[in-house]
Amino acid sequence: MLSWWLPENVSTFGQEIDFLFELIYWITGGVFVLVAVAMLAFLVMYRHREGRRARYTHGNTPVEIVWTVVPTLILVVLTALSIPTWARIKMQLPQTDLKIEVMAKQFNWIVTYPGPDGKFGTDDDKTFDNEVHVPVGKPVVLVLKAKDVIHSVFLPNLRFKQDAVPGREILAWFEATKPGKYEMPCAELCGFGHSGMRGWLFVHTPADYQKWVKEQWPSS
Amino acid sequence: MRESGAAVLDVHAHHAERGFWRTYVFSTDHKMIGKQYLSLGLFWAVVGGLLAHVMRWQLAWPETAVPGWGEVGPETYNVLVTMHGTIMVFFVAMPILLGAFGNFLIPLMIGARDMAFPRLNMLSVWVFALASLVLLVSFFIPGGAASAGWTGYPPLSAKAEYTGVNWGMDLWILAHALEFAAFLMGGVNYLTTAIALRVPGMTFFRLPLVIWQLLTATTLFLLSVGPLIAGAVMLLLDRIIGTHFYAAEGGGDPLLWQHLFWFFGHPEVYVILLPAVGLVLDVLPVFARKPIFGYRWIIYSTIAAGGLSFIVWAHHMFVSGMDPRLAMPFSITTILISVPFAFIMFAMIATLWKGSIRFDTPMLWALGFVAMFIVGGLTGIFNGSAPADIYISDTYFVVAHFHYTLFSSVVFGGFAGFYFWFPKMFGRLLSEPLGKIHFWLTLVFFNVTFFPLHNIGLAGMMRRIANPLEYEFLVPHQWINVVATVGGMLLLASQIPFVVNVVWSLLAGKTAPKNPWGANTLEWTAPSPPPHLNWGETLPVVYRGAYEYSSPEVAEDWLPQDRTLAARSR
Repeated sequence: MLSWWLPENVSTFGQEIDFLFELIYWITGGVFVLVAVAMLAFLVMYRHREGRRARYTHGNTPVEIVWTVVPTLILVVLTALSIPTWARIKMQLPQTDLKIEVMAKQFNWIVTYPGPDGKFGTDDDKTFDNEVHVPVGKPVVLVLKAKDVIHSVFLPNLRFKQDAVPGREILAWFEATKPGKYEMPCAELCGFGHSGMRGWLFVHTPADYQKWVKEQWPSS
Repeated sequence: MRESGAAVLDVHAHHAERGFWRTYVFSTDHKMIGKQYLSLGLFWAVVGGLLAHVMRWQLAWPETAVPGWGEVGPETYNVLVTMHGTIMVFFVAMPILLGAFGNFLIPLMIGARDMAFPRLNMLSVWVFALASLVLLVSFFIPGGAASAGWTGYPPLSAKAEYTGVNWGMDLWILAHALEFAAFLMGGVNYLTTAIALRVPGMTFFRLPLVIWQLLTATTLFLLSVGPLIAGAVMLLLDRIIGTHFYAAEGGGDPLLWQHLFWFFGHPEVYVILLPAVGLVLDVLPVFARKPIFGYRWIIYSTIAAGGLSFIVWAHHMFVSGMDPRLAMPFSITTILISVPFAFIMFAMIATLWKGSIRFDTPMLWALGFVAMFIVGGLTGIFNGSAPADIYISDTYFVVAHFHYTLFSSVVFGGFAGFYFWFPKMFGRLLSEPLGKIHFWLTLVFFNVTFFPLHNIGLAGMMRRIANPLEYEFLVPHQWINVVATVGGMLLLASQIPFVVNVVWSLLAGKTAPKNPWGANTLEWTAPSPPPHLNWGETLPVVYRGAYEYSSPEVAEDWLPQDRTLAARSR
C-alpha cells in the first residue's frame, strides 16, 4: 500500500523507516476500521425508534480500563521499536573517511569536499554548487552549516532530512545503496526562493566515483 | 458559588434601558461579547479560506492567473502560507471556539448572570478587534504582510533582508501581542467566573464537560503563553534595535525561538482542540438520549492530556538540529498523549452504544468530528514516531494530519456547537434540511481536499513550496494537487447553504422555544435568547449532573439539572 506512494528507497536506514511506516500504517488502519465499524454499527442499531428507551448507564470500569491499557501497550511497543532506529540514524556516526560540507544559503547548497588531504580549509578543497557526489555502499558524513537562515537538507529517496542552522555545525550521515541521480530539495521555508531551491545527489558506482575524483583532483 | 451583589442590583437597575451602543457595540453582556467574537472569527474565516483558495490554485496550476486575484509570485505565496496559518489558528479557531463559545456558554451553563469581570470582558473583545485591525492593515503596507511562516522562525523572521518584509513582520508580532492580551483577559474571566459564580448545587463534578474543556484550555493558554511573549519581545528587539537573541553571528541561537514557540505552540493546539471536544461531548448525550460514558474519567483524561501537552513540544523539532537524544523522551511523551485522547474518543463512541440516537444537524456535525478527528489522531502516531518523522516532517503528510485535527475541531466541532446553541443565541430555529445539506457537502469535500494530501506527503512533497512542478520527483503526482484544489473550491462552495440558512433564519426563521432539543443543562432553562443577566429574579438551583438522560426516575427521557424531584415515588 504505502510503497506505491513512498519514493524508491536507496539508503541503508531507509528500510527501517519504511518498516515503521508500514507497521504504524497497519496498526492505525486496523484501529480505524474497528472504531469506524463500531461507530457505524451503533448508529444503525441504536437509532431512535418509538418505544425503545436508551440504556441508563454512566460507564463501565472494566471496559474503560481495557481500552486505556491496550492502546497504551501498543504505543509503548511502537515507541520501543522506534527508539533504536532513531538512535542508529541520528545519534551514531559511522566511521568513514568521506566527509562533505554542505553550506546552505539563500537559495543554494554550497558543497565543499576536503580534497585528497581529507582536511577542510586547505588549498585542495573544492566547492560545487548544488551537487553532491558520493560512491554507493559507503557511509558519508555531511557537515551541515547555514549562512543566513535555517534550511533543511531533504533527500526523499534516502529518507534523509536534517535542518541546517546558522551558528551550528550539524553532522549527519547516510549510506546509499543504489547508483543514480536523486533530488535534494530544501524542506524548510527559507525565503522567496525557497520553492525551487534544490540540488542533486549523484550516487556513483565505486569505479565511476574514482573517475569523478580523478577528474576533480587530477594531480593527486 | 453565590452570585455577586453587584449583579443582583444590576437586574433591577439596568434591565431595559440600554441603548443601541451599549447593547450591540460596547456591551458588557457575555452573550453579546460571545457573538462579537463569533462575528470577528467568521470574518477571518472568510479571509483565511480565500487565502487558502489562492494558495491551492497556485499549487494545482502554478503560475497561472488566479481568477479575481492574478498571478501569485513566490513572495506572495509565502505571505499566503504565513497569513493563512496565522489567521486560522489565532483569528478563527481561538475567537470562535474559545472566545465565542466560552463567553456564551460559561455563565449560562453554570448559572451566573454574567462573567465575573464584565468590563474586562468587553475590553478583551475590543483588544481582539484592535489585533484584527492591525493584522488587516499589515496586508496593505509597503513590503506586504509577514511571510516567514505562521511559526515565524528566525533568522528568516528576524531581518527584513531575508524576506523583503519589514513592517509587515512587526505588525504581525504586534497583532499577536494584542491577541494574547485579549485572551489573557478572557482567560482570567473564564476561570474566576467558573470557580466563583457557580449557582448553588453546581459542584465541579456536575459541570457540563464543555465547561471543563474550556477551563482546561484556558489554563493551558495562561500557563504556556508567557514564554512565547518573552520570545516575541526578543524577536522584536532583534528586529528593531539589532540585538542578537536569535542571531548566531552575535552569539544568539535560532533554536531558542523554536523551543519558546513550541512550548506555547503545542499546548495551543489543545487550546483549540479541547473546546471543540467539549462541544461534541455536550451534543452527543443530548441526541443519544443517554448519559455521557465515563464522565469523571473524561475529565481526568482531559487534565492528563493538558499536563502532558507541556512536555511534548520538541516533537516539532526532531530534525531541527537540537540534541538528537532529546527526541527520545519527547517521542515517548508524544505517543503517550494519544492515550487520554483515545479514552475520550472511545467514551464518545460508547455513549452511542444502546442509545436512542436522533440525527438532527448538531448530532451529524458531532459525529463528523468523531470520525474525522480519529483519522487525525491516528496519523499523529506517524509523526510521533521520531524515525518516521524524519521523512514526513515538513511534508504535506503533516499538513494533512493537522487539518484532520484542527479543521475537524474548528469546523465539525464548531458547527456542532453552532447548530446546537443557535436557537439559544438568536432565538430562532435553523432549517434542518439546509443544515444537513451543509454537513454532507462539507464532510465529502473536506475529505476530497485533505485526504489526498497524505498521499502527496508520503510522496515527499514539502510544505510551503510555491510550485511543485519545479521538482522532478513531484511532477508525476501533480494530479493529486489538482484533486485537492478542486475539492477545496467545492468545500468553500459547500458553505453557501450555511450562509443561506443563517440569513434566512435570522430574517424569517421560526421562533425557538426555550428548550428545543430536550436538553438538561442550565442554559435551556433561560428564555431563547436569554435577556441581559440571563434569568429573571431567581436563578435556577442544581440538583444533579448534566447528563441524566433516560433516567429511570422520570417518565420522560430527560431530567434537567434544575428540576426538583418531590419524592422517589416510582
